[in-house]
Amino acid sequence: MPKPSLNLNPASARTHSVQARSLTGSRLKIILPITLFGLSLLPLTANAETAEEKGLAIAIKADQLDTGWGDQTADLKMVLRNRHGQESTRKIRSRTLEVEGDGDKSLSIFDNPRDVKGTAFLSFTHAIKPDDQWLYLPALKRVKRISSNNKSGPFMGSEFAYEDITSQEVDKYTYKYLREEDLDGRPAFVIERYPAYKHSGYTRLVTWMDKEMYQPLKIEFYDRKKSLLKTLISSDYKQYQGKFWRPEKMSMVNHQTKKSTDLFWSNYQFKTGLTDRDFDRNSLKRAR
Amino acid sequence: MPAIKEPFATEIQRARRNTTSLNLCVLRISVARKAHFAGMARSYGNLMKRFAALSLTALLWPGSTALAGEWSGYLSGELRAFPTGPSEPRQHGNNLSFSAQPEYYTEWDDGRQSITIVPFARWDQGDSERTHADIREFNWLKASDNWELRVGIGKVYWGVTESQHLVDIINQTDSVENLDGEDKLGQPMIQLALIRDWGTVDLFVLPGFRERTFAGIEGRPRTQPRIDTDLTQYESSREQHNIDYAARWSHYIGDWDFGLSYFHGTSRDPTLLPTTNANGETVLIPHYEIIDQFSLDLQATLGDWLWKLETIHRSGQGNRNYAAATGGFEYTLVGIFDSSYDLGLITEVLWDERGRNAPTLFDNDTMIGARFTLNDADSSELLLGLIIDNNDQSRMLSIEGSRRIGQRWKLSIEARTFANAPQGSLLYGMRDDDYLQLELARYF
Repeated sequence: MPKPSLNLNPASARTHSVQARSLTGSRLKIILPITLFGLSLLPLTANAETAEEKGLAIAIKADQLDTGWGDQTADLKMVLRNRHGQESTRKIRSRTLEVEGDGDKSLSIFDNPRDVKGTAFLSFTHAIKPDDQWLYLPALKRVKRISSNNKSGPFMGSEFAYEDITSQEVDKYTYKYLREEDLDGRPAFVIERYPAYKHSGYTRLVTWMDKEMYQPLKIEFYDRKKSLLKTLISSDYKQYQGKFWRPEKMSMVNHQTKKSTDLFWSNYQFKTGLTDRDFDRNSLKRAR
Repeated sequence: MPAIKEPFATEIQRARRNTTSLNLCVLRISVARKAHFAGMARSYGNLMKRFAALSLTALLWPGSTALAGEWSGYLSGELRAFPTGPSEPRQHGNNLSFSAQPEYYTEWDDGRQSITIVPFARWDQGDSERTHADIREFNWLKASDNWELRVGIGKVYWGVTESQHLVDIINQTDSVENLDGEDKLGQPMIQLALIRDWGTVDLFVLPGFRERTFAGIEGRPRTQPRIDTDLTQYESSREQHNIDYAARWSHYIGDWDFGLSYFHGTSRDPTLLPTTNANGETVLIPHYEIIDQFSLDLQATLGDWLWKLETIHRSGQGNRNYAAATGGFEYTLVGIFDSSYDLGLITEVLWDERGRNAPTLFDNDTMIGARFTLNDADSSELLLGLIIDNNDQSRMLSIEGSRRIGQRWKLSIEARTFANAPQGSLLYGMRDDDYLQLELARYF
């Protein structure tokens, strides 16, 4: 049984980095005017900022903008396509809880294929230290703690690796700003990310970050041999709660195997009232 | 695996001497068994009626979407090929079998209450004991913020190791299904889980005992002599009506998951007493004793290493207290051969304090295994396990593989071989029962 995961939306779950946290709460009022003031000086100070600092700043901003959604549920359909175009489908329901000061908690429940129906996966993500993961196997009623070291392994046989679908905390990467360019008519920052956690299958990720949404439009993944492995295009973004952007479609193409996987997200809901109790080993056992 | 009580010869002599009284005993037991079924029916009848009424309401509620439950499950066909003829002429040859396990589930109260119904049935070409039906689950669950209550027939799993399941004691093993001990009979239970910051405490009242299933006269693989479940004996005068109790505290701290459990009641694994039945045939009688068992299960998840331990301390079975343990590791090589394949290497040691006299297959054994996972779209995987007895070098080899076909079919292959078993051991009876099994299941 492949280990499933949740939290498939790269934007959905972020650790509040120290920098991001300092911008919340009562200090916000003080910092905001300073930031606005700072922005007005940007053309003058831009040269003083290194490409690394600028890349990090974009990541922090993206993290900050996607803070405060509390909890989220969504339905996911995955369509796997092999090089001959043969398709197979998976259906997953996902629940995610935003955790202050750490990675998020997520619970994924599998409805399809039918032989894995009822299988559920619980994950407590962390920025640098390994995630805590439990798998529930309904045929045996067994809850199994599993290793989270196979980050580079395929998720449910798809072209998404586990590391592509777990929460993308700021501290998981180091950054480098490359340039600005339009992608399909949308202005974007192009930044490079380098995994700071162990067992990644990538040496770098080139990300086109939408300048308005601060969400990734396109990511190119380079493997351990530094050659282009995969490209992810995220599209059909919609805004929820007047703040949080979520894609309805994510298409991953593997250039080396010619296989591809499309994710179709639907029924996004926020602040549904989920608590820690909905993300423990007891709830894993009765997840349906 | 069931236990043969030692010393074997003495028991047979004693049993022969007591044949008459045993036969009387048989009569008494069969009467008691009938009474028991009536009693079972009475004691669970009311509960069942309420469940049935509720579920029917749910199923038939006109236009109800909130209560409309969902059906799932599988139908399966299985073919077992035995390359060697049977040790005993009454046993069958190659064998065909079909099984079905539908599942109905409905929830309401915003998912806080649910009913699950899982019946199971198997038809077996060769073994009348393997043709059987069971209610795997029929329970109502109520989940609150810091407690959960489950009432009805349910299934519970405890434990971490792969080679055997020492700690797992709530449900009886449906051993005609498979020798691996992972198929279980539904257990009537009231389960209360108290969920706290310092872990979960589960309290169980288990009214009613399920007898272990064993291969019938024609069945394979089976022990020699066969186990005669018509002669089942109980230590408790209440026999199958004895009410058992269990409690468990489980929690995790960092990379460590653990459970401490206690069980008082009728042992799930019987002591097997050799005797002569009414037909003059030597058989083994399952004798179920009242036991007290403390257990610990522990897993440390440290990077690519999973370290596992299950240990029990049991009193009440046989004439001495004893401890037993299973422990070892699973080490996973992620992405071998520069691919997406994972290879897990498993080693476990199986130990029983009673040593060579232990009425178990696993008194001092080593299991080595490999789990090969392709991580492909068809979820292909292969598990090899070899259990070697460190004393007599007898061996059990098992191979289990499976892959999905399309969206709704799954093909499984399984092979088991038994080698080097010394005469008189439980395994010796299965020396000719090596088999290769193909199973095709359709999920809905």
